[in-house]
Amino acid sequence: MWTFFHKLGSPKWFYDISGKWLPWFAVVSALLLVLGSIWALAFAPADYQQGNSFRIIYIHVPSAILAQSCFMMMAIAGAIGLIWKMKLADMFVKAAAPVGASFTFMALLTGAVWGKPTWGTWWVWDARLTSMLILLFLYFGIMALQSAIEDAATAAKASAVLALVGMVNIPIIKYSVEWWNTLHQPATFTLTEKPAMPAEMWVPLLVMVIGFYCFFTTVILLRTRNEILERERRTNWVKKLVTKGVAL
Amino acid sequence: MNFESFSDFLAMGGHGLYVWLSYGVAALIFVANIVLPMKKKKEIVKKHVQRLKREKVA
Repeated sequence: MWTFFHKLGSPKWFYDISGKWLPWFAVVSALLLVLGSIWALAFAPADYQQGNSFRIIYIHVPSAILAQSCFMMMAIAGAIGLIWKMKLADMFVKAAAPVGASFTFMALLTGAVWGKPTWGTWWVWDARLTSMLILLFLYFGIMALQSAIEDAATAAKASAVLALVGMVNIPIIKYSVEWWNTLHQPATFTLTEKPAMPAEMWVPLLVMVIGFYCFFTTVILLRTRNEILERERRTNWVKKLVTKGVAL
Repeated sequence: MNFESFSDFLAMGGHGLYVWLSYGVAALIFVANIVLPMKKKKEIVKKHVQRLKREKVA
């Protein structure tokens, strides 16, 4: 366990091993996303109340779950970076912020597009929607800190603190549909209860969620590897790699 | 299959605009997430190669 933890501190080791993982995650995520989308669009039954607009759930729910868990991962990585000064954790925070922002945007946008035929409005300033918008701004804040602060260590410290403080927002998003009156429906899935929808509806959703996570991993690996190449440019192994010509 | 015909599939029971707009934007976000870091990698490697050449000359 501890040797693994120490290896994680070595950018070269991570660069090598992630190069082996990357194609697998890329292929699996592509397969799951294509399969899940076809299933969701053409084969899942329509909702008896919402009709076919319900199919938006298959991108709305996975992107919203990913947007929140990405932020939690960033806060954990930020804490690890602050406590143990692990460079890879800092790089993860930097790599994850724009990806998390893009999925938060996806959740907000698909929510708005779904809201129009379902609630009759694109947007309401209710607790769930507003707290998700705050999550988007938190991601923007971390991205701004990263681009404004030149020194990598200082930028990482500032981002980690913002990620940890921003964690306050995560339970607010989760419980917003229970604490306040809202147009947003309560959670479709919980870990403790059986799903309230039939299997033909939730199995493709599960496929999409796993596909989203594999895709997220793929993008994070791509971005972290870029970050390693940039930061370790003075080392011999990067010089050798560059002169040999690097593949993906 | 949940639809009678392909045009039925596109119409999504009158919700076609909403469904296809959502999936279209999602697809764009997915593509951008892959393309941007790959382009960035090319730039980084190019910069490295140029710097290494400069250092050799100097």
